[in-house]
Amino acid sequence: MRYQNATAYRFLAPYLLIFSIFWLWPIISSFLISFQATRTVPWRFAPTFNWGRLIGDPAFFNALKNTLLILVIQVPVMITLAIVMAVLLNSPLLKARGLFRFAFFAPVVVGEVAYSAVFRLMFNLDYGIINKLLNSVGLPRIDWFSNVTPAMAVIMIAVTWRWAGYNAIILLAGLQSIPQDVYEAATLDRVSKLKQFFYITLPLLKPIIVFCAVLSIIGTMQLFTEPFLITERGGPGGGTETLGLLLYRQGFRSLNFGYASAIAYTMAGLAIAISLVQLWLTRDPK
Amino acid sequence: MSSRSSSRRSSARLGRGIALHLFLTPLALIWLFPLWMMVIFSTMPDRGIFSPSIELLPHGNFLDNVNNLQRDTNFIGAIGISVSVAVTYTFLSVLLTSMAGWALARYQFFGKGVVVAIILGTITLPYAVVLIPQFIMVARDFKLANTWVALIVPPLFNSLGVLFMRQSFSMMPGDLFDAARVEGVKEWRIFLFVALPLARPMLAALAIILFLASWNNYLWPLLINSKPGAMTAPVALGTLIGLTKVSWGGIMAGAVMLTVPMLVVFVLLQRHFVAGIAAGAIK
Repeated sequence: MRYQNATAYRFLAPYLLIFSIFWLWPIISSFLISFQATRTVPWRFAPTFNWGRLIGDPAFFNALKNTLLILVIQVPVMITLAIVMAVLLNSPLLKARGLFRFAFFAPVVVGEVAYSAVFRLMFNLDYGIINKLLNSVGLPRIDWFSNVTPAMAVIMIAVTWRWAGYNAIILLAGLQSIPQDVYEAATLDRVSKLKQFFYITLPLLKPIIVFCAVLSIIGTMQLFTEPFLITERGGPGGGTETLGLLLYRQGFRSLNFGYASAIAYTMAGLAIAISLVQLWLTRDPK
Repeated sequence: MSSRSSSRRSSARLGRGIALHLFLTPLALIWLFPLWMMVIFSTMPDRGIFSPSIELLPHGNFLDNVNNLQRDTNFIGAIGISVSVAVTYTFLSVLLTSMAGWALARYQFFGKGVVVAIILGTITLPYAVVLIPQFIMVARDFKLANTWVALIVPPLFNSLGVLFMRQSFSMMPGDLFDAARVEGVKEWRIFLFVALPLARPMLAALAIILFLASWNNYLWPLLINSKPGAMTAPVALGTLIGLTKVSWGGIMAGAVMLTVPMLVVFVLLQRHFVAGIAAGAIK
């Protein structure tokens, strides 16, 4: 194919313009801002001002700990659930497939604010439907939002509810691209369904599972709306404060842009590390 | 003997089928439960929501709740902003994204590898990294806070959509476009009148996903359009959550108004929806 620089860049121009103004420059800019003291006018260059504060800030380590805790528990649970949903939705034995697909995929269209409001009401101490149901089967009610562990659990349940179906859609598309004759051959050789799952489905699905896991990790790492709205600004007492929420408080409540940028670049560092793990996991075996 | 083994196989199939439904049905009900409760709450008076009895069936207070919500915040006005912004955003974003996808799929040009690498790189880059300078730029430098431009323009960059359109255009037969070129048709006309009509199903999938992303977008509109009267519907609804003396029936009615139209679209256009997400059209 011959080079058509002028034509190609004419088509790319609006897209690249938006990218340069609203992404490329901000990426560079927030790096630079993280080395400035931003609560003095004018801002001044102070390379250790924010980063020095970061490594000694208990609020940062609290948010980092909470974020990692949610990541480590919520993402594996959700991905496992999404794999189960995708495999079962793909079963030829399934009746009323449309209804099941609707049930699992519907949360994908529900906005963060709408579902945060519902979960907050469902887990209300005195009048929430969850505690009423617990009571009705003879279990004690739980004070979901006054203690850290149950508050964390609500956040993880909410996020899992919202995103499991999304991942199942991607995984289901992956499953449907596996050629059927592989399974037919395995069935003829009397390989059990369970073994087929572990020795055929999972290995062939691995790149897609890793893709889902990476997107989920990066999404969960930036978790903001759920602790902001469901557990009331990261409550109780900062027990569900995440890096996303800390960044919001520092950047947009205290207007401390320098410190917030340092937090943002910490998240970017984590994301890069995770992407490298992804590349390593999906590398071509030599 | 063969008939016995086949009947054993079919009874094993039956058993597996029953087990499948016994497992999946409760899971599906659990998954539908929050949506069901959203609808139920939206039809209940506040004293019903905050009462000790278990209510699992709809009441008749939806319109009262809409009035309560409208009293707490101008939600109908906010819906108007959300719809206008989402429609404009979807149109512009589909155009920009497919133009870029077309260039990447169909032309060889200097710097192509760099452009593709940048797009791939931004998929895993946390949005947090661009958020603060974006805010400073739009609010302080451009003085565009609380405007439609602020809601529409910065989110126009998206990476997965471009990759999806590049994929769609590169699967089309090149002869078709070459034939038009031989006739002397200009490149932009080929794009508009040959390529785009052929890509209609993919454009539909992309448009739905982009519309949904704009409709549900929360963090950026929360930061940039925080003035009452300039808020989008999710932001307006979010301001009520956590306040005392606010109608929770109203909040739930708002949640239903945000969610149910999207559920209807989802049911009607499920195929496009699923295609858009499966192609990773947007996170």
